Amino acid sequence: MEKPLIHVNRVSFAWEKEWVLEEIDLKIFERDFIGMIGPNGGGKSTLIRIIMGILPPGSGKIYFREDLPRLKRPIGYLPQVRHIDRQFPITVSDVVRSGSLMRQTPFTSAAEEKEAALQWLEEMGIAFLHRKAIGELSGGQMQRVFLCRALISEPRLLILDEPDTFVDNRFEGELFEKLRELNEKMAILLVSHDVGTITSYVRTIACVNRRLHYHASPVITPEDLKAYNCPIEVLTHGDIPHRVLEKHNHHG
Amino acid sequence: MDEFLQLFTFAFFKKALLAALFTSISAGITGTYIVARRIVFISGGITHASFGGIGLAFLLGFNPLAGAALFAVFTAFGIQFFSDKIQIREDSSIAIWWSLGMALGVIFVFLTPGYTPNLMSYLFGNILTVRTGELWAMLVLLLLLAAFFIRWFREILYIAFDEEFARASGIPVRFFNYGVMTLIALVMVMNIRAVGIILILSLMTVPQATANLFTRDFRKMMFLSVAFAFGGTFTGLIISYFLNIPSGPAIIFTLILVFGLCKLYLPCSSLRKELRTQRKPM
Repeated sequence: MEKPLIHVNRVSFAWEKEWVLEEIDLKIFERDFIGMIGPNGGGKSTLIRIIMGILPPGSGKIYFREDLPRLKRPIGYLPQVRHIDRQFPITVSDVVRSGSLMRQTPFTSAAEEKEAALQWLEEMGIAFLHRKAIGELSGGQMQRVFLCRALISEPRLLILDEPDTFVDNRFEGELFEKLRELNEKMAILLVSHDVGTITSYVRTIACVNRRLHYHASPVITPEDLKAYNCPIEVLTHGDIPHRVLEKHNHHG
Repeated sequence: MDEFLQLFTFAFFKKALLAALFTSISAGITGTYIVARRIVFISGGITHASFGGIGLAFLLGFNPLAGAALFAVFTAFGIQFFSDKIQIREDSSIAIWWSLGMALGVIFVFLTPGYTPNLMSYLFGNILTVRTGELWAMLVLLLLLAAFFIRWFREILYIAFDEEFARASGIPVRFFNYGVMTLIALVMVMNIRAVGIILILSLMTVPQATANLFTRDFRKMMFLSVAFAFGGTFTGLIISYFLNIPSGPAIIFTLILVFGLCKLYLPCSSLRKELRTQRKPM
């Protein structure tokens, strides 16, 4: 049987004695495209941060497949952009290169790395911005830069934490198309508050509301959500293929 | 003019000039970090708290800068610790350390028998009386700082920009945060001799603000800050000598004047540029 890239095994986490995550079990396989949904404060970001090694799990463990070296984590990560200081004096090129710091071998030269950064920016159609300061960019351009930063290490798994905040609908569509392309080469875990849009791109859905419910198909009904204790606001967008879900109010 | 050139033959002036150079480089580098990371207020707390160490040194009769260094580093760690571990809001924590250091300093100085002649030079600085030993200490610290920043420049920059991402990429964030904070505290203490406790913060923020008008690239900002800091300290030094006013305020005043002029000049020049480019296509 295929071994998962990452196995989150019975992970629990508490903030000040309040359980945020309980007994989370999740396996991420190669070429997976998982949409992670759930209410605000349901623990999505906490789980991501545990997987990324930013927070230690309260209990349980995270297993990485042996061929993924632990220290030079081959996970591309796009954190929430809320905490970014847009006035910080840093260039686009530097931001992208920051993604490859821990992947450097003694044999990668600065020039090669700059070249790689430029190539990714090219790929996203924003190479012309590489000398600009991060603060001079629009929301969509900035997200693309952060995506380049996540991709420059050529990860096996890409984790995106609400990449659709602060961006317009057009970019959102482009972004999801791009992810579909990238999914040919890597597994993707996409956290979103917008279940309406992601269901037309992802293959499976994981709903996190203190506990995790895994749904092996992207079709999810209001009844499912109710069963999962997963009260989410459903948004829809006209110009993007989507499955419209009924609006529901459920308090878990 | 002769009098100006003659200045450079005086030993005290040569020393002052070297002090100005060392101060500008170290303040330029650390200041860029401080401004970029928005920890100006923390830095203010650290410098002012170091007064407690100066007071203690007066009372017990050891080197005031050593006392200041002790208090500065302790405060830097204390502020971090307070907001990390016992969840006191950071700005309140800063204010507590800031005022504690100042209060202790005043008490210690008050308890010190006799007159404390150098007190003013620590509060407001006097770059013209820097001693050779202090110059050596400045140089050693500067080399240490430069080595740290050159060796780990990218780590420092990435943590400053996005700590969360840096943690996720496996950079030992805590080590660097404490390491850089310690260096900042020491640099501030070494620079007390040049501009004094009260004014030191401006040497670490004003040249950076000026540099920031011209560039938004961390590296370039660092070099430009050093240049503006040295320009300001040098000019302030000359003004201080000829007008016979304290060097610290003269330096700070020059720095702020340069910032003001640049700030005024830039919009004018970019407006001119815009007008030029608008005319072209016609």
